[in-house]
Parts: sequence; structure tokens; C-alpha cells
Amino acid sequence: GKKPASDDDDDDEDDEEEDEAPRGRRGANRKKLAKKRGGNDDEDESEDEPPKRKRGGAANKKKGGKAQDSDEEDSDVGKGKKGKKGGGKKGKKEEEEEETKGKKGDGKGKGKGKGKDDDKDKKKKKKKGDSSSDSNSNSSEEEESMSEGEMARLMEEVEEKKKLIANIRNKPWRMQRRLKLLKEAQEFVDKFEGALGKGKGRKWYAYKVMMTKVLMGLPYGSIPRKTVPRAEQDTAQDYSVLMDFNVSLASNLRPPAQTLPQACCTQPQGEHPLRGYCKYSVLFYGYYNDQRTVGVLKFRLPLSYLMVGIGTFGYSLMLVIRTMAKNADVGGGDGEDSDFTFAWKMFTSWDYLIGNAETADNKYASITTSFKESIVDEQENQKDENIHLRRFLRVLANFLITCSLGGSGYLIYFVVKRSQEFATRDDLSWYEKNEMEIVMSLLGLVCPPLFETIAELEDYHPRIALKWQLGRIFALFLGNLYTFLFALFDEVNTKLEEEQSIKNASIWAMKEYYANYSRLMNDSEATPPPMDPADVIRGPCWETAVGIEFVKLTVSDIQVSYLTILIGDFARAVIVRFLNYCWCWDLEAGFPSYGEFDISGNVLGLVFNQGMIWMGAFYAPGLVGINVLRLLSSMYYQCWAVMATNVPHERVFKASKSNNFYMGLLLLVLFLSLLPVVYTIMTLPPSFDCGPFSGKDKMFDIIMETIDLDLPAFMGTLFSYAANPGLIIPAVLLMVLAIYYLNSVSEAYQNSNMELKKKMKMARDEEKNRRNNADTTNQVMKDLEDLLPNRSLIPPAPPEPEKPPEQEPKPKPTKTKPGTAGKGVNLQKDVALASSNPNARGPVSRPPGPRGPGPGPGAGPGRGRGRGPPPR
Amino acid sequence: MILHRCVIVSILCKFRLHLKGFVIMCSAIKPSIQSICFSHAVFLSLQDCTFFTRKEILRLHGRYHELAPHLVPMDYTNEPDCKIPLALIVNMPELKENPFRNRIVESFSEDGMGNLSFNEFVDMFSVLSEMAPRELKAIYAFKIYDFNVDNYLCKEDLEKTLNKLTKEELTPEEVELVCEKTIEEADLDGDHKLSFADFENMISRAPDFLSTFHIRI
Repeated sequence: GKKPASDDDDDDEDDEEEDEAPRGRRGANRKKLAKKRGGNDDEDESEDEPPKRKRGGAANKKKGGKAQDSDEEDSDVGKGKKGKKGGGKKGKKEEEEEETKGKKGDGKGKGKGKGKDDDKDKKKKKKKGDSSSDSNSNSSEEEESMSEGEMARLMEEVEEKKKLIANIRNKPWRMQRRLKLLKEAQEFVDKFEGALGKGKGRKWYAYKVMMTKVLMGLPYGSIPRKTVPRAEQDTAQDYSVLMDFNVSLASNLRPPAQTLPQACCTQPQGEHPLRGYCKYSVLFYGYYNDQRTVGVLKFRLPLSYLMVGIGTFGYSLMLVIRTMAKNADVGGGDGEDSDFTFAWKMFTSWDYLIGNAETADNKYASITTSFKESIVDEQENQKDENIHLRRFLRVLANFLITCSLGGSGYLIYFVVKRSQEFATRDDLSWYEKNEMEIVMSLLGLVCPPLFETIAELEDYHPRIALKWQLGRIFALFLGNLYTFLFALFDEVNTKLEEEQSIKNASIWAMKEYYANYSRLMNDSEATPPPMDPADVIRGPCWETAVGIEFVKLTVSDIQVSYLTILIGDFARAVIVRFLNYCWCWDLEAGFPSYGEFDISGNVLGLVFNQGMIWMGAFYAPGLVGINVLRLLSSMYYQCWAVMATNVPHERVFKASKSNNFYMGLLLLVLFLSLLPVVYTIMTLPPSFDCGPFSGKDKMFDIIMETIDLDLPAFMGTLFSYAANPGLIIPAVLLMVLAIYYLNSVSEAYQNSNMELKKKMKMARDEEKNRRNNADTTNQVMKDLEDLLPNRSLIPPAPPEPEKPPEQEPKPKPTKTKPGTAGKGVNLQKDVALASSNPNARGPVSRPPGPRGPGPGPGAGPGRGRGRGPPPR
Repeated sequence: MILHRCVIVSILCKFRLHLKGFVIMCSAIKPSIQSICFSHAVFLSLQDCTFFTRKEILRLHGRYHELAPHLVPMDYTNEPDCKIPLALIVNMPELKENPFRNRIVESFSEDGMGNLSFNEFVDMFSVLSEMAPRELKAIYAFKIYDFNVDNYLCKEDLEKTLNKLTKEELTPEEVELVCEKTIEEADLDGDHKLSFADFENMISRAPDFLSTFHIRI
């Protein structure tokens, strides 16, 4: 009696064996018949059918599967009788047998209702045995003709094999075995798939559909910004925004060549900063026009512009959230900080990607440091120190940092204001033109080291310190960006006013023209004024202006980061390396040393950069392209710099375990960059003569227009209902309530998780006590054993000496914290508590892994452990 | 042609690794291998059994051949039975710096001595590739860290691991402490050594395991 089955079960089994015997003999002769019956038993199983019969059928089927008998089961005492009597063929793997047997017992316990499921399980088990036994040739099956049940079974088997083929790469087997099994499975599938009439099935070839070119019709209606105005044509000689920095300002206000509408003289043209051809390129908002449909396919340009702009945000939001959720799932990162510090360090700290000797040396050093750190952490109890001084220093540090943050914010505000002043003047030096970008970049350069210095005062644990540092830099960047934005909005408002005046003036001029025209020609037919598109006076197009600011910011950011690397890292490295030969102290080990590669700072830079792109992409679609180029080039550039000039950070601390720290920052940045864009879309009127939304009051009017014009009428009413506040407010309310509900549910889960953890710990302690060291029937263990080199050469391992059952865990070494003594006491108490209630700990006594089916509630954790080693 | 492309791809891959040096990059550009013959069936089965595509298998074979040009025939149509000894494999740039290189190769060789046939060679890099699932990697990681091949990580194994990781720069007391703590943390069943279940339980929660237990070739 190896498995803890009740007497009842044993009796049943005996019956079963008795019953099985004759059937088995018969089955040996007329296998087909028996099989058929077995199959039928599966199909039309009824309530009153005795379970034995069913089981007999299953056993017979099993016989069919295992054509080749082996002597192995003879060694198994418990099964020997059954095996001989029934003449049933057993699987090679004892484990399968065990499980099947267990199943039987289970099924009996559970009653007939479960019978069918059980049977299926058995079938699967058998097939698994089939597929994993080496020398199985399916000869017996080949000869048979097909019956209904047979077909179904075969189909299932084929499916099973197919699954095996698909998953074989995930199996921890030797390659040789894998190839063999694969071959067998493939042969099997090929043979029987043909027999089942499935065939290979027709293959559908996918044809690549070429997109028909959307012919961009000539602009109609508003003049697109593709055309450079004549007034700017001779001064706009630069080709990129980059060159903007060097454009000399020699804008003589030329009167337009054809001074048709006199009103144009009122145009305050002097305020236009010269932006060059780029301003009218595809990079910016102004390039696109408000043509409702383009080409034969009726491509709706304005609508898609808006949709892409908003869709980008939606998509990014979804992506970030999904990644975060996945990370949280994988990391499982709640309060398990200290669970596996040393184990993780030991087994996951070496990066197998390292293939460079120098890097490897650095890695060794950093691993050693980190181990030493944790050792110190471990040994170090809470030190008594001057808590008041510490507090004072921390407050002081925070004060200083707040001051510098405020200062940098004010500086930016001041600079932006000044640049608006400069915009009205012509005699600007290079510095004055680019003051804003330079100041912003410099602040980004100077402040982080400053913060780091100040943070020394605080004396936090490095990980916490890193988080603070990152948070502060983040605040700095964000503050700067937002100051910049507010200043920009001021500018936008003035531009809007200016635009209003231009609009009025040109409308007046047009009216004048038409009045003159009809008076002179005596013709009421309206002909557009004979004017080259390049000569038309245009508004300032604030969207493009905003886009230009963002592009300038990005470009200057690129320049600064490249220059920093070149000077701060490369030049420094060169100096340190070569001056070291003739210097009084060791430069490499001493003061200047090489630059450290600051991972977290770089990641933060990426996050911030992404935010800028999100914000600017609506106004300058080309910014995305620029950014892609920048990221590509900077990857190679930084790669070179890191390899050539940097040393790794002395103490690498990840800011968080589950990578969600940075994702959280990214989410915050995304949200914050979403705000201004959505604000402009919702409130500010678009420019009247540029961009896809020209002529609309608000940008989102384009959606209304589409609904009205392109969709059937009832959709319009539907949307108007949907947009009703009466509907939206309840919807929002519902969502809030849903959030509340989900939140409380997750809390409940967390609680039960904690409870389970506690139970697991209890079970673990208990197991420590009554541990006997026999091997388990774990499939994975089997595989592992299988992977031992040259199994045939090694003599079969002697059964492990059983440990005395009440072996207490060894006394803890002296180095552990004093708190563990109390734990030891606790432990015993736990054990006492635990063993008094076996039912409670039953389900958690083993991980829910691949250990086969759980025992019934009464089975207890001892099952499957007391057996001897598998016969190998 | 294929090889040419392979070299380009491998260069690109390597560029992507910030940690990999140019040393490797240069060594990736080796004199060309003209043609490698495989039968179609071998390809298909190898593709099914590993996480590699046809191209990658070809490239791997190139590397394999490179290791011992006199041992490995170019023609693989009838699957010759040849093995490359451990000493040669361990010198691959991908493994050269790895403190566990000998263990890696040994765990993937059927004879346990580190002689790898091509199939085992492919198997090794397949398990270490990006695509392999965590469970599979965990099994082989366990085998790698199991120095004395008894299917348990006992203290001896941990000490060896630690000494390899730190180049023996920790004092014996520190090593002792770290091993004690490691066992204490991860040992679920209290037998003072880590069984695979313990190891898997521990490694399945490790945030860095997937990203570090990974070799790109």
C-alpha cells in the first residue's frame, strides 16, 4: 500500500483487477473488439453503469497503446499482481502509472459524475506515456481498421502529437532525444492525418497588396504652407532648423512685388522671425491644408491629422499601461524585497551577455562590491546616531534643492520673456537668438550634479538616494518644460491677436477687390484675384511657431548631449589617459578619473525626450522622424563613448526592482504632455489660413463635420445623444465606482495572498520537521535526472539515507540578527499549531507546479514521497 | 551571400549590446565559409526543436565549423558524428569571459565532459537565446550551478559559484555567511541544500534572471 488510499478504495481496486483479468485475456486475442467497447464506454456512459466496467475499458485501451511490454513493472510490488493478472501493458514510466492509479482512486471518491473527465485524463496520460517512451512503435494501431471511437481517439492522439511537436523546444530534454521524439511524432502525424482524411489542407497564399498611390490633388481653397512667400524667398536660404542658428538677420522689409491689396501694408511683417524653407516643409503643421478629401480614395486629411494626433496619445498610453501591468505581473513586486537578496545576487547577477574582458573585470568588481554591501547591511544593526542632526541636514538639503528648482524656473521664465522682447528687434547676436535653448540645456547640465552634491548631506541608503535624485532631476526637467510652455502660450496669445488683425485686413481686402472687380467688369461672377500664392499675406500660424520651438529645443538638446559626451567624457578620458604619464598623482585612480556611465540619468533623459516628442508631434509631425534619427545615431555614438571612455558606475543600484519606476515616470510625462496638447485642441482656435483645421472655430469641429457629412443622419443624432452630459456624467460615475470596486477586490486578493504566504511558511516549517528525503515523483526532477551526463556509466544512485524525521533545523550561525532567536521559538509554535490541523495545510504543502493531480482532502502531504527511487 | 548577411546581422546585433566589446565584433568577421550543406529534413527538425530560424542555424553551424575546421566537415547532409571538445568551445568570444563557461558546456553535453556535437551546440544556444521560456532556462541554470552534478545545490556548489562570481575576493567568513543566507532564503524544505523546486521558486521571482541568463550569438 504505497499510496494512502482508504480501505474502500483498495477493495474497489481489487474488484477491478478481478474484473480486468478475463477481459484482458480476451482483449489480447480480440483487441479490436475490446477497444471498441472501451471507446463506446467512453461515448455513451450512463449514470447507472458500474465504474469498474468503465475502468476496465480504459485499461484495455491502455493495452493497445503500450504494445511493448516490459519487465519493469514486475519490480513494482504493488502493481505486480495486477500487471501479471491482467496482462495489461503498463507504460514505461512508473510515474504515469502512479498517476493513473491515483486518478482511479480519485474518480471513485468523486463519484460517477466525474467519470468522463477522469477517463479523458487517463487517455491523455496514456498518450503522454506514449510520446515520451522511447521505443514505442505504434505497430499495434496500424493494423486496425477504424471505428468511430477509434477515430476520435486517434484524432485526439494526433492532436496530442501535434501539440508535442509545437512544444518540443520547450522540453528540457537532450537534443538527441528531442530529435528522435520529434521524428516519431511527425511520422505518426503524417501517417494518421492522412488516414483521417485531413490531409495537408489547402494553403492560402497571401498576396501583398500594393497601396495605390493617393494622388494629391492640387491644393484648393486655402493656400498650403508648402509655398514659401515671395517676401521670404530670398532670405530663406537655409535648409534646416539647425541652420537657423546661423542665419544673419538681414530682412529688409521688401514690399511684396504685386501690391494688390493695399491692406497688406498694415501687416506687421517685421515680427516674422526668419525660419527658412524648413518652416514650409512637411516637418510642420502649416504644411498641411484643409482640403477635406484628397485623391480618388477620398483621404480625409484633416480628420486623419486629428485622429493620428490623438490616437498617438491613446496608443502610447495603452502601451505604457500594458507594459506596467506586465512588469507588475512578472515582478510580482510587492513586499518581497528582502526575501531573496543573496540568492538573487548569487544566481542572477552575472550577465551572460558579457563578452569583453574589461567589462567582465568591472562586473566582477561590481558584484563583489554589491555582495560586500549586502553583507554589511546584514551585519549592521540600526545604528544610534544623532537623529536631530540628520533631520536638520535633510531639511536643509531639501530647502537648497527647492531653491535651485525655483531659481531655474524663474531663469527660464525670464529668458523666455526676454526672447519675446527680442522677437521684435532685428539686431540680435547669435547668443541672443538662441539664449533660451542654451539656458535650458545648461540648466539641465549643471543642476543634476548640483543635486547630487547636495544629496550627500542627506546620507540616505543608495537606493533611496537614487530615487530622490531621479525625482529631483525629473522635477527640474518638468518644471523647465512647463515654464517654457507657459511662456509659449503667452506668445501664442499675442500671435492669435495678430492673426485676427491680419484676417480682418485680408477679408477687407478681398471684399474691396471683389467690389472693384464687379464694378469694373460689370460682372458678378467671382474670379479669384490674379495673385501668385506666394504673394498672399498670411497670418503667423501659431501652430507652426510652437512646432518650431519644439524642434529647436530638440535640436539643441541633441547638440548639448553630443557635446557633453565629446567634451565631458571623451576629452576627459584622453587627458586622464595621456597626462597620467607625467603627472604628480595617479589621474586614473585619483581625482578626475574617467567619467562614469550614469544609467539612470540616461534613462531619465530618454523619458524626458519622449515627453518632448509627444508634446511637439502634433505641431511638428516631422519631429518624430528627427527623433528617430537622433535616437539611432545617439545609440551608436553613446555605445562608442561608453566603450571607449566610460567606466561603470561604482555602485550600480537599480531604482526599482520591477522596472516600473521608469515606466511610472514615463506615464507621468505622457500625462503631462497630453495636457497642453489637448488643451490647445479643445480651446484655442486654429489659425485661419494654415493647417488642416483652417477655417474652423475649434480643431475638433472636424469630427462634427465628418459626422454630419459622411455618416448617415441617425449616426449624428446618436453621437449627439452620446455627447450629452446627462449620459457622460453617469458614465464617469460608473467608472469611478468600478475603479473603487476593483481596488477593493485587489485589496482582498492581497490579503488572501498574505494569508496564503503565511500558510506556506507554516507548511514549510512543518515540512522541515518531518522531512524524509526520498525523491519525489516530480516530472521535472525526472527530466533533470535524465539530463545527468552518461547515465549508463554511473551506477544507480543508492537510495538516499533517510533523515531522522524530527530533525530540527540547525542552530543559526552567530552572525544573524538577534531577532532570529525569537523566530526559532515561534517556529516551533507554528509547527505545533500546524500539525494539529492537517486539513488546513493540505492544499499548500506543495507548489502548484507539475506534480500531478492534487490528492483528495484526506490524502495529506505524505503521498508519493515514501516510495523508493524510480527503477532506472 | 547568406553568410554575408549573417555577418551583417551579427554585427548589428552586437552593436545593440552596449556591453559587448569591439573585440567580438571584429572576431565576427571571419574568412568566409563557402557553403554548408544540410538536408532539408535536418533543418526542419532543428527548427522545431530549437528557437532558431534556418538562417540562425546556418550561422551557428558556421561558428561551429570555425571552432574546429579540421574536425567538422562542411557537409552535414548525412549528419556525421563528430564532437568538439570543451577547450575549443570555451574559447568562443561569447563564452570566453563567462565564469561558468565550463559548467555551461558540460551541462549541455551528453557525456558530461563537455564534448558537444552540433545538435547539442545548437541546443545550448537555443536555451540561452532570448526566446526560450523562463522554465526551460531555470532548469538549465540549475544544472549549470550544480557543480557536483547531484541535482542539488549544496553549500559546496554555492561556494564555488560565489568564488567564481567574485574572483575569490571575499574572505572565507564572508563566503560562509553568504552561502548560509542564500540557503536560508531559498530553501523551502529545510534540507540545507537547494533542490530544483527551491531553485525554481526563487528564480521565478528574480527580476533579472531572464535578462542576464541570455547569450546572443
